[in-house]
Amino acid sequence: MADALLASAGKPIELDGVSRVWGDTIAVDAMSVGIEAGSFTALLGPSGCGKSTTLRMIAGLESVSQGRILIGGEDITERTPSKRDLSMVFQSYALFPHLSVAENIVFGLKVRRVARAEREERLKRVADLLGLSGMLERKPAQLSGGQQQRVALGRAIIAEKPICLMDEPLSNLDAKLRHEMRVEIRALQRQLGFTMVYVTHDQVEAITMADKVVLLNNGRLEQAASPRELYERPASPFAARFIGTPPMNLFPVNAFRKVCSAPDFQLGIRPEALRLERGGPVSASIRSVEYLGADILADCEVADTPFQVRLPTSERIIPGQSIELGFELDALHVFDADTGRRRDDLVTEFGARLRS
Amino acid sequence: MSAKPSMTSRREWIYGWLLLLPAMVLLFAFTHVPAITTLLNSFFSTPRGRRAAKFVGVENYDRMLSDPVFWKVFWNNVWYAVGTIPVSIALAIAMALWVNDRLAGRSFVRMAYFTPTVLPLIAVANIWLFFYTPGFGLFDQITGYLFGWPSSNYLGNTDTALVAVMVVTVWKEAGFFMIFYLAALQSIPLSLKEAAQIEGAGRWTVFWRITFPLLMPTTLFVSVNAVINSFRLVDHIFILTDGGPDNASKLLLFLIYEVAFRHWETAYAASLTVALLVILSLLAIGQFYFVDRKVHYK
Repeated sequence: MADALLASAGKPIELDGVSRVWGDTIAVDAMSVGIEAGSFTALLGPSGCGKSTTLRMIAGLESVSQGRILIGGEDITERTPSKRDLSMVFQSYALFPHLSVAENIVFGLKVRRVARAEREERLKRVADLLGLSGMLERKPAQLSGGQQQRVALGRAIIAEKPICLMDEPLSNLDAKLRHEMRVEIRALQRQLGFTMVYVTHDQVEAITMADKVVLLNNGRLEQAASPRELYERPASPFAARFIGTPPMNLFPVNAFRKVCSAPDFQLGIRPEALRLERGGPVSASIRSVEYLGADILADCEVADTPFQVRLPTSERIIPGQSIELGFELDALHVFDADTGRRRDDLVTEFGARLRS
Repeated sequence: MSAKPSMTSRREWIYGWLLLLPAMVLLFAFTHVPAITTLLNSFFSTPRGRRAAKFVGVENYDRMLSDPVFWKVFWNNVWYAVGTIPVSIALAIAMALWVNDRLAGRSFVRMAYFTPTVLPLIAVANIWLFFYTPGFGLFDQITGYLFGWPSSNYLGNTDTALVAVMVVTVWKEAGFFMIFYLAALQSIPLSLKEAAQIEGAGRWTVFWRITFPLLMPTTLFVSVNAVINSFRLVDHIFILTDGGPDNASKLLLFLIYEVAFRHWETAYAASLTVALLVILSLLAIGQFYFVDRKVHYK
């Protein structure tokens, strides 16, 4: 019942050719992407790829050099942060150190002159929802990292804004707490129904939480897709190697003599898609073996190209051994080495040549 | 066997005292001994020629409490503190906020604001003496040109002398305090301001609800210093007004100097000094006691 009152209908966000330029450096380069209302979208990429800058431009903390940002169909490119009707959780949490937990959470309501009775009521609801009821009078410095994180969340959700932005909110927590908060934030977003834009450099976080992952590289949009599609059909070698642990194996096509006719393509196969197969198309020598408990990760080499295979522990594998590997045809990815784009039309041809 | 550890511990003990000695000698010679001597002298009469000082009890203090000049100077000093401290602190914060922003040539502006602090107060007073000069001083030229006011003698008028001295003090102190505020402002994370902005706070709200409370430790430090300075810095009075006219711009320390080294009434000066010390300690203790509870320390 509490949630019905806190719930807020999300609004869609649209980036239309948005760029951010500082002098000679282009932090974000003509990015166009749509974010659906009520969805959980992760902005993913290595550090320095422009994901935080993109988020800050949506928030209005960074000005847009070119392009437009639309929220709920309205152009808000020139509006101040407070006029964009959104909330934000910062990486450092940005809690006000001199205010108590309660004062921190209701800060925005107080600024907007929400009546005292309503403030108290909402505070109680948020505190119950996040398990903060016992510590409302404490100062942020007296809380643990996880509790501070919850206060920051509380401040973001109390105003029931249609959009919530988060900038690497879990990066200061330890591994166990991070997992708990991941589940909790996801559940909270589903429950309350706002649109979430979530910045992270951790692909596991993005894959497990998001409906849609926007993968960035060097300020450019690499791929925007659901986690499943990103894993199964990466649009570029970068996307292929960024998603999945260990990353996808990429071979220059001439690593296999059978298909050496076309040197300007890259072949990709995930380590978990390879299996031992007597007489299989890939014959490799094992260089080292990592025992992971559930399975084995073997470092192999074929024609001077190193790659990895995930194998069941039932197989006895030792370094120096030669093995033959096979894979399903639809596990093969082909990328154009010049354009860096995916070439699904060539999969059958190359697969057949490899197997012949 | 048992003598050995005690030998080494005694040696360490001697080293310890030897290391403390230089600082201690200076402290005692120039601070503690004079302070105690002053306190003792204040209960004796002033020695003159062959007549040695004799114990007079609280006679000097009686004289002080019934001395109209003392009370005049005491209230002067109160008004001087009340007038200069809030204004220079407010100015210091305003200047610090201004030069903390991204603006072209801000290091030049910072330097310009800090310059009055670097200049010797005596030199500063001489410059201001020219500003205040009746007829052709800077102020008279400006007011005469703009509003056609007649020439006025700001330093020679009992109504304006103290205010004129206060203006110089504010001008001198604000830049110094600005440096402390600038350092404090730079230690406040930018994300706090951004978080407040997203929550809908305007510049004014951000300042009063976030920045100012986080500057409180600095404000406490600066205000304690400002209070002490308001009783301690009197160099410019020697140049500007010499305490006049009719004691209108005389401050406590200036009075002490006058009584001690112009009238050579050292015993009475000693009791005035004790009074000054008592006032200063009460103020400092009071400030820490009242303000400290409202200050948030990181």
